[in-house]
Amino acid sequence: MMETKVEEHPCSAAADDVRIIAFCCHYCAFTAADLAGTMRQQYPPNIRIVRLPCTGRLEVNMILQAFVDGADGVLVAGCEPGGCHFIKGNLRARKRVDYTRKLLSEAGIDPDRLEMYYIAASEGPLFAQTSREFTEKIQQLKRQRAGGDGTSQSMNGDGT
Amino acid sequence: MITAERKPFEEIYECAKRHKRVLLLGCGTCVTVCMAGGEKEVGILASQIRLAARERGDEITIDEHTITRQCDAEFFDEAITRKAAEVDAIISMGCGVGVQFCSERFPDKIVYPAVNTKFYGATVEQGVWSERCAGCGECIVAAFGGVCPVARCSKSLLNGPCGGSSEGMCEVDPEHTQCAWQLIYDRMEKLGRLDELEEVQPLKDWSHHRDGGPRTIVREDMKL
Repeated sequence: MMETKVEEHPCSAAADDVRIIAFCCHYCAFTAADLAGTMRQQYPPNIRIVRLPCTGRLEVNMILQAFVDGADGVLVAGCEPGGCHFIKGNLRARKRVDYTRKLLSEAGIDPDRLEMYYIAASEGPLFAQTSREFTEKIQQLKRQRAGGDGTSQSMNGDGT
Repeated sequence: MITAERKPFEEIYECAKRHKRVLLLGCGTCVTVCMAGGEKEVGILASQIRLAARERGDEITIDEHTITRQCDAEFFDEAITRKAAEVDAIISMGCGVGVQFCSERFPDKIVYPAVNTKFYGATVEQGVWSERCAGCGECIVAAFGGVCPVARCSKSLLNGPCGGSSEGMCEVDPEHTQCAWQLIYDRMEKLGRLDELEEVQPLKDWSHHRDGGPRTIVREDMKL
């Protein structure tokens, strides 16, 4: 079982300080994350990447365990349909993500805290953009859970 | 193998939340193969209960353990006995047999079932299981080309088919259930034994089935 425990962040008391686990395929999204860094693309530091040989390696309980260990959101990023190095790993991951969303819902967890994206290795900017958007969504959901309406406060201190 | 499906989460959670500490006990045989109650499913259910308990403010500690078979005394070893002693209740992910045998092994513990036991079936493809045997106690498939009309015909007709057979499918569930008598006919035709189907099958003696009450097999030569 892969360890997904999220270390306590020094500023974890802040509502915006969400903890996100990103399960990324080695052949696409992980390379895209690397590319995003090389291209000096900014994306939130809340995201902790777990590199997988393929999103087909993903198991339902790896996602659930991330939530049990304190993640606010889980992002799964695999190759585009038809582009999987192992033919169908990303499509299988999609099915598992859909099933896991159902399990989360049963347990009273908002299924929108788990999303799957398709990001090719060349799409560094898309990885950064997806990370930013997903982080914002998770921050908003966390505020709603805390009782706020999710719209009255600034997300990043700059009004975005 | 015996097939099963996991019960709805709420039904399981209602049982779990009555206790402070619960052991989720998986079974490594049939329910592992049909992906209902093996080690992985124990992990998934444990995570779900932990998440739900945190969300709802319930205090439940979940222990996880899976043994090779819950229907066999030899697999209830010291490790599971020790773990069972430490918990208030057990949620068994084994089939109905496993749940009951578990209760017998741990008479002072409440044992809840986490799966609904379905049928004796085969894995026809990954993720699809289909009934093949009804455990009637007196196998008759030899007369039907190896296809069991008791388990696979919706009416268990021994002299079929009925009028509900359409394009090879059964009217009871035309989407998933093949007409057993179509299968029997096709198979016997392939084997060149169609003439045998002209024989009228006599009434089946159901006393070997559940009608004769709970059944026990005793092998004196195997007893210790």
